[in-house]
Amino acid sequence: MARKLLTYEKKNTWIDRLSGITKLVFFICWSVTSMMTYDTRVLVFMLVASLFLFKISKTEWRQVGSVFKFIIFFLILNVSAIFLFSPNQGEVIYGTRTVLCGSGRYTVTAEQLFYEMNIVLKYLTIVPSIFIFMVTTNPSELAASLNRMGIHYNVGYSIAIALRYIPDIQNDFTKIKNAQMARGIEMSKKGRLFERIKATTAIIFPLVFSSMNRIDTISTAMELRNFGRYKKRTWYMSRKLEKNDYAVIITMILFMIIALTITYIDGSRFYNPFI
Amino acid sequence: MTDKSLTPIIEFTNFTFKYRAQVEPTLYDINLKIYPGEKILIIGPSGSGKSTLANCINGLVPHIYTGDISGSVTIAGKNAKELDIFNISKTVGTVLQDTDGQFIGLTVAEDIAFALENNMIPQQEILEKVARTAETVEVSSLLECAPGELSGGQKQRVSMAGVMIEDIEVMLFDEPLANLDPATGKRAIELIDSIQKDEKKTVIIIEHRLEDALYCDADRIIVVNEGRIAADLSPDDLLATDILNETGIREPLYVTALKYAGCVIESEDEAGQISTMHIDKHASKVRDWYYSTEAVPVIEHKNDVLSIENVSFSYNETRKTLADISFTVKEGEMMAIVGKNGAGKTTLSNLICGFINPDSGVIKLKGEDIAPLSIKERGERVGLVMQNPNQMISKTMIFDEVALGLVTRGVPEDEIKERVNNVLKICGLYPFRNWPVSALSYGQKKRVTIASILVLEPEIIILDEPTAGQDYRHYTEIMEFIKSINEEAGTTIIMITHDMHLMLEYTERAVVIADGVLLADSTPAAILTNSEIADKAYLKRTSLYDLSKACGIDDADGFTEHFIMMERKLREEVNHGA
Repeated sequence: MARKLLTYEKKNTWIDRLSGITKLVFFICWSVTSMMTYDTRVLVFMLVASLFLFKISKTEWRQVGSVFKFIIFFLILNVSAIFLFSPNQGEVIYGTRTVLCGSGRYTVTAEQLFYEMNIVLKYLTIVPSIFIFMVTTNPSELAASLNRMGIHYNVGYSIAIALRYIPDIQNDFTKIKNAQMARGIEMSKKGRLFERIKATTAIIFPLVFSSMNRIDTISTAMELRNFGRYKKRTWYMSRKLEKNDYAVIITMILFMIIALTITYIDGSRFYNPFI
Repeated sequence: MTDKSLTPIIEFTNFTFKYRAQVEPTLYDINLKIYPGEKILIIGPSGSGKSTLANCINGLVPHIYTGDISGSVTIAGKNAKELDIFNISKTVGTVLQDTDGQFIGLTVAEDIAFALENNMIPQQEILEKVARTAETVEVSSLLECAPGELSGGQKQRVSMAGVMIEDIEVMLFDEPLANLDPATGKRAIELIDSIQKDEKKTVIIIEHRLEDALYCDADRIIVVNEGRIAADLSPDDLLATDILNETGIREPLYVTALKYAGCVIESEDEAGQISTMHIDKHASKVRDWYYSTEAVPVIEHKNDVLSIENVSFSYNETRKTLADISFTVKEGEMMAIVGKNGAGKTTLSNLICGFINPDSGVIKLKGEDIAPLSIKERGERVGLVMQNPNQMISKTMIFDEVALGLVTRGVPEDEIKERVNNVLKICGLYPFRNWPVSALSYGQKKRVTIASILVLEPEIIILDEPTAGQDYRHYTEIMEFIKSINEEAGTTIIMITHDMHLMLEYTERAVVIADGVLLADSTPAAILTNSEIADKAYLKRTSLYDLSKACGIDDADGFTEHFIMMERKLREEVNHGA
């Protein structure tokens, strides 16, 4: 019943056993690098590496599949929009013009295709790392690590609590939706858009109220069990950084430095195969 | 054990409390002493102040819910006003009513560890204590489970572990039975009992379901009514009085039956437990009563309105949620679908309403296969009333809420007005038609949700746990209302429930589902006097069975029928008198 989409699942891999903080460092270094670089060599390396990591983290398609499709949809939208609004961006960046076909404003040039391919690559290098981060990181353990780094436990705990209640609220949502549909509120695709938006309020209203009740109960329960008593707390799930963690963290920082050096060494963040 | 030589662990002295937002005090002049190692039941109808009393014990009053206090509460010898809620929780551990809502951790282990984490106990010690406490409440094998994978009973055990893990002296249970099926509730009471005895804790249980809570003996029962302590007696003494009836708390069924038979219960009868009660001197009276009264007449309903034929359904490939279920519902009937939590009752109602579709089998309404009908179309013929009215109500005004189903169906305005007003009159809500929903009580909101279904004139109304969490008075109010709809509008009523009283008193027939199979389809009296079925369905055999056996009446089923008949007659007299 409960769909386990992009949620943590315990898997016995070395990635799983890394500390949450290590995975966070990996995730940050990886995305920063990927966002900054347009160097195709770096991007290709990262793509291969992230697919490899995806494989060894034993992340399964069912955990991420539908989100992936959603992202691909946006990727296509994004790439088309770039071509639509600035079909000459490639020329501007690479300084040459190699016409492949067409004429006029929407002439397809090799430079433009290469540029857009780099964008696709950027997407594809970041996406697996997001997935790996989300499905291999135990939220409680991450909260514990963040807390050890000096971030107040309220921050980590809010995330953990949200994750704890998402399935419950999803359940409430389905129940309410069903009951309202039985009363004749059209939620299926048959209804017109405006009416469907109106119908959604018939669900949101009760959902908000029942969620408020939940919040009330949970905060009382937390209070009764001494949450917030001290400035610090200990963690059942906390894990010390081990050799592997340090190794990964150092590797990631080195990787970022090397990748960005390669990217910027010739003065531009674009790798130019056209000259 | 009450040992009055000790100093009380909790003591109320001339204690009066008024919530800041209210005009009148909720508790008046409370004097109460609770001694270490005692097991106390606090009972009272909704709004009597029993929950406020509990909140004064765990420190929510006055530290979270503020108000005016006179008199004092001391906890372990210290004035509660001068302690903060954290200090109080070192002595008093509270298990809240909502088994799901109080589950904080992402896994069982983390939830049990929560209080220790907050008190900065080193991790190694936490790990050890969690393992040990989990063993006490028998959840060791579940430590890595997420809350969604647990049953209500298991969640409650985790909550118990979560408060026991700190060396508390008092365990306070706020309506521990509210969300559990009868058999799970019975096990919870047993567990509480063994914790109290083995760990030498003081146990305070707030409940309004006295008979179930009394499954294991208690030292004292405190009856709270209208903000005052109406009685502070041992169970044996309390059941020899008429205080329960006067305060609107349901007596154990065997006690009611004895009273119907004209027996006068005295303290020395030790009526607290049916198994050890001295019944012999009453037996002949009970037998006389049995032979002089009649059973519930069997009502013949002719036409099938709903038939479920060989329906199977599963959410995944590994396990069938429902396997080959077949039964029929007759027109104009009031019947129940019963079984333990998670047995497949809700799945069955979801199938009937069309939220999900069966893997195989046919569901027919008046002989017509309803598979082709959409959810909306089925909704006009089979109405579903959810357990929690707050999950159904989406309009601010009562009239609009009831009219909603008609508006979405494009019914002309004049007709809407007429039909809604009619239904509001049937439901006793007409005077409130222009009120905002938020001004209504829980029971009235329940009526609004029933009215909003009734207005569509369905042939069948399915009610999911219509009386969950309601005290005896509200229970009676809601059920009498549902009965009147059944009688006046002729609507067939199907109730999904694990309330055995409801089954006995208000249904003619019950279908029992256990682990996805249909276990029985019979009268409630027959089901609840059959230990084998009751066990499998996680119901509890009614105490009327024990009473009839103890009085030498072999036909426990028949005895129960006589009892139900008597109940109904008396209720009708009350209704006509009113």
